[in-house]
Amino acid sequence: MRTKSDTVTLDRTDKLLINRLQKGFPVSPRPYLEIGEALGIGEQGVIERLRRLLDEGALTRLGAILNAPQLGGERTLAAVAAPAERLEAVIAAINRHPQVSHNYERTHRYNLWFVISSEDAGDIERVIHEIEAETGLPVINLPTLEEYRVEFYYELPVD
Amino acid sequence: MEQGPRNRAAIGDLERRLLLIVQEGIPLVTEPYREIAERLGTTEEQVLAALISLLERRAIKRLAAVPNHYALGVTHNGMSVWNVPDEIAGEIGRRLGQRDEITHCYRRPRAPGWPYNVFAMVHGTSREEVMAKIEAISGEAGLGGYEHDVLFSTRLLKKQGMRVRAQSKAARNAQD
Repeated sequence: MRTKSDTVTLDRTDKLLINRLQKGFPVSPRPYLEIGEALGIGEQGVIERLRRLLDEGALTRLGAILNAPQLGGERTLAAVAAPAERLEAVIAAINRHPQVSHNYERTHRYNLWFVISSEDAGDIERVIHEIEAETGLPVINLPTLEEYRVEFYYELPVD
Repeated sequence: MEQGPRNRAAIGDLERRLLLIVQEGIPLVTEPYREIAERLGTTEEQVLAALISLLERRAIKRLAAVPNHYALGVTHNGMSVWNVPDEIAGEIGRRLGQRDEITHCYRRPRAPGWPYNVFAMVHGTSREEVMAKIEAISGEAGLGGYEHDVLFSTRLLKKQGMRVRAQSKAARNAQD
């Protein structure tokens, strides 16, 4: 996974392809053919472009985005205030948990913000306790109380 | 916690093995669902039907491409937070949720050293662009008088999406 901020150069067709595929991937026998016909680049054209976009890190994934609550599990946003001198060790202690799906460094005393998702209720509390035990830092647990907007689509401007 | 007890999608064994594959990625071959079916020892029709069912039950939110915003030049994201009275937080949240500049908006609990209860995520290509959007939103939503902060992300440390495990909890417990 690319965690650097290197910007990837995209051509017009890459942008159209990414915009199209953010909205959904066909569940039908020849999905790349369908998309290739819509974009006029053919089935192999789509496959080759996607391979490159994934390799270069423009896309993190082409696959299923799962829904923890609907799988019987839970999801939360958590944060810790990690001292600068052991920031990297705290990051490692958080990221080693497979239930941690996202982690960002942010500009605040609470400087590490991470999402914990699991299909098993109770996992979140356990992961938080383990991170607290390993780092000696209190974790604040901020589960969603109400959701007002969740937008996954980011439209790349196409000339 | 965020839970949907009424519509829990209990997943079967084949569905779990299918999720283990598609959560990592759709194969980049002309007939990806046929290839998945071969790996699972089932038919393409079964794989397609199972995916449609998982999508309908919302166990899979989407089958889609996930862009890396950083690599695409959308390098700045500000988590904008306010401390508003609980009685009006819902109304304010719903108003913020109408704004296209905001990609995610939630109400969350406060915590020690964390007085904020309304969260809105705003993206942009520079810090100035993000701040200008937030100031406009804040002014129009009448949030100017409330305690407020913007937390910019300085590093993406992990982004992988949620994963299911190879075995259900019941199966793991049975082995203990």
